[in-house]
Amino acid sequence: MDAQPLQRPRTPIPTAAPVPPAQQPGPAALPTAIEARDFSFWYGANQALNGISLVIPDRRVTAFIGPSGCGKSTFLRSINRMNELIPGTRHQGDVTLRGESVYRGEVDVVGLRRRIGMVFQKSNPFPKSIYDNVAYGPRVNGLARKRADLDELVETSLRSAALWDEVSDRLHTSALGLSGGQQQRLCIARALAAQPDVLLMDEPASALDPIATQKIEELIYGLKQQYTIVIVTHNMQQAARVSDFTAFFYMGSLVEMGRTDLLFTTPKEDRTEAYITGRFG
Amino acid sequence: MTAHTFRDRRRRAVNRLMLALTGVCAVLTVVPLVLIFGYLLREGASSIDLAFLTHTPKPTGETGGGMANGIVGTLEMVGLAALIGLPVAIGAGMYLAESTGSRFATAVRFTADVLNGVPSIVTGIFVYLLVVVPTGGFSALAGSIALATMLVPMVTRTTEEMVRLVPREMLEGGLALGLPRWRTMLGIVLPAARGGIITGALVGIARIAGETAPLLFTALGNQFWQLDPRHPTAALPLQIFSYAISPYDDWHRQAWAGALLLILLVLTLSLGARLVFGRPERRA
Ligand SMILES: Nc1ncnc2c1ncn2[C@@H]1O[C@H](COP(=O)(O)OP(=O)(O)OP(=O)(O)O)[C@@H](O)[C@H]1O
Ligand SMILES: [Mg+2]
Repeated sequence: MDAQPLQRPRTPIPTAAPVPPAQQPGPAALPTAIEARDFSFWYGANQALNGISLVIPDRRVTAFIGPSGCGKSTFLRSINRMNELIPGTRHQGDVTLRGESVYRGEVDVVGLRRRIGMVFQKSNPFPKSIYDNVAYGPRVNGLARKRADLDELVETSLRSAALWDEVSDRLHTSALGLSGGQQQRLCIARALAAQPDVLLMDEPASALDPIATQKIEELIYGLKQQYTIVIVTHNMQQAARVSDFTAFFYMGSLVEMGRTDLLFTTPKEDRTEAYITGRFG
Repeated sequence: MTAHTFRDRRRRAVNRLMLALTGVCAVLTVVPLVLIFGYLLREGASSIDLAFLTHTPKPTGETGGGMANGIVGTLEMVGLAALIGLPVAIGAGMYLAESTGSRFATAVRFTADVLNGVPSIVTGIFVYLLVVVPTGGFSALAGSIALATMLVPMVTRTTEEMVRLVPREMLEGGLALGLPRWRTMLGIVLPAARGGIITGALVGIARIAGETAPLLFTALGNQFWQLDPRHPTAALPLQIFSYAISPYDDWHRQAWAGALLLILLVLTLSLGARLVFGRPERRA
């Protein structure tokens, strides 16, 4: 079983660096997909994010790391405004997606979420067939009107999520009959079928075994050619393996963000070093 | 060591005693149903024949005839009540599940609970004043509205509970795909709660199918065929009631048969609900 997404050559992991590290660009030198400017967030009276400013480059993998409760998920869910589903929350500052504000003015939240796919920590396939899980979004959003187009979109998405070979003969059986790792890849396929621009992943592999984890990591590696990916992870090896850039959060603040290879070898901040060397968190 | 084994033995004895006591309670719960069902079988089974199922009642005092119009009337009114009540109840249940904090939702929830406890005869009188008087006559429609009035609060509350049981991740998953909230609720959350809602609906329908009081002032009953819902219509419970209080032996016989048929209907619905609910459904 080859877990690579379609027609993409297997590339070594972690990130190969053909250009000498010192000459490689930092996050700010690349085209920007997402930018946060002084973004703060509150759950009721409890402030979870404290003036976050950062730039997430286009078509790269950016990892968020940091101890539990530091605000990684909160920030991730602020990008597609999932947090506002929780009553009593408020924010300050702004996040932009390709230069357009996510919060200011008349933002079409439904349209925004179509452009931003999300994969949750706990896989959450709908209680429908495998096919319908992938097809439901495009069908509602009018991405594929004809049956043949929809079939094709479902196949492409499942292939991109490295799941096609495992499920092609049982597309119309319940998605709840899949293994945990397969369910998570199905959720990735479902997100891809909506043809998003950005993919947000909140600890997508934390509930999976090493082999399923590896599949997801290979998948992320292949997907970054096409998508801007932001991944939250507790696993520092995973951040090192899959990401180009890493942001370290601590107690609601961004401590530092930079190229993954540099951040893990020569962190600028003491707190970052303490965290990645396992002295706390 | 000895003290220990003594305590151990004592604990086991108490355990056995408690288990036996709860067992007795369990038997006491089942006994009435078994007795009712057994008695009805003995009294009514022989009277459920083709004539009973296909004929309308004979004039007062004559023997023979059946309850065909009552059977059809009950099915008609219960069906109509479900048609009116279920969409309202499911919609309201979803609304309540969606709005946790709002005052209005709290008020609706409270009202539904109170309505659940209102004696059914009161519901009948209420619908009499609200529907029968203004429309100028008793009708199957009024009967259905009375039954629906009882069905709605029951199914509303079960729908709410069932929708609440659906993991929040389902809603979030749908919204994150850029689906509008109502689409997510109708297309993903509601189907995820389907089993429980169907069970609740069937239990509710079984409840109203046997109701007599709310039909007394609304559907009234009828000795003849009447399929037009705008006119007084026979119903199985009404027929049983009037036959049971009549002085004729043949009508008593038919009342038993009607009661047996009614309980079979309710039992079938309840078993159906069990089947739906008991269906092994793997949850994510
Ligand atoms: N729904 C919520 N209501 C209230 N407070 C919340 C809620 N979700 C998160 N918080 C609080 O916000 C802070 C940041 O939480 P968040 O979930 O973003 O952390 P995290 O970095 O993702 O942690 P983890 O690694 O454990 O997932 C925490 O203090 C948490 O208690
Ligand atoms: Mg988190």
